[in-house]
Amino acid sequence: MQVSVKYFASLRELMGEASSVIDIEENTPVSKLWQSILASKNIEFDNVMMSVNMEYVKSEYQLKAGDEVAFFPPVTGG
Amino acid sequence: MLIEIRKEHFDAYTEIQLYLNSMKAEGKYGATASFVGSMRDFNEDKKVTHMTLEHYPGMTEKHLNAIAKEATEKWKLLDVLILHRIGKVKIGEDIVLVATWSAHRKEAFESCRMIMEQLKSSAPFWKKEQTTKGSHWVDKNTVGY
Repeated sequence: MQVSVKYFASLRELMGEASSVIDIEENTPVSKLWQSILASKNIEFDNVMMSVNMEYVKSEYQLKAGDEVAFFPPVTGG
Repeated sequence: MLIEIRKEHFDAYTEIQLYLNSMKAEGKYGATASFVGSMRDFNEDKKVTHMTLEHYPGMTEKHLNAIAKEATEKWKLLDVLILHRIGKVKIGEDIVLVATWSAHRKEAFESCRMIMEQLKSSAPFWKKEQTTKGSHWVDKNTVGY
């Protein structure tokens, strides 16, 4: 199945892209997707925040087809 | 209630007055609390020249609405106004405005503070500072409490 993945701020710059579509197995935990992205890009990134369909999720959240996943650094608004 | 992400400069105090005029609530509230965050020319001993603010379109608005809804459920509020800048922000420009109206000060003070702190900790915005020595992403917000 496919999920769309977005990156923001410093993470977008590190990834060299703002978004991508990634093939994964159904019910893959979002943390596993994150680890596979880090491995494929050969990068390290601490303190990542994760959201699915614009809601914060825990690392064990299981992904479904068509989910919009986002990875980003700690927020610094205000 | 008005919650907006603004790409262009706004003057927070003008916005409060404009919103007050549109509320047509004279006599209905006894307390107005507001917080205005503005662009400094320094951060941690560095001279800052300007800043770029990024957000997550859709998620940011959703979260600001959820924060405001939580406040209206927790306190008896007459109205809530939240404005936040994105894009290039110059020195002295306003970045964020939170204003709340209630019958008495407790509700206005506490809700304004809660909205601001929640915004700081969970609304997806990111700041990139430009200093005289280059640019960098701000990696964390200062502690509010």
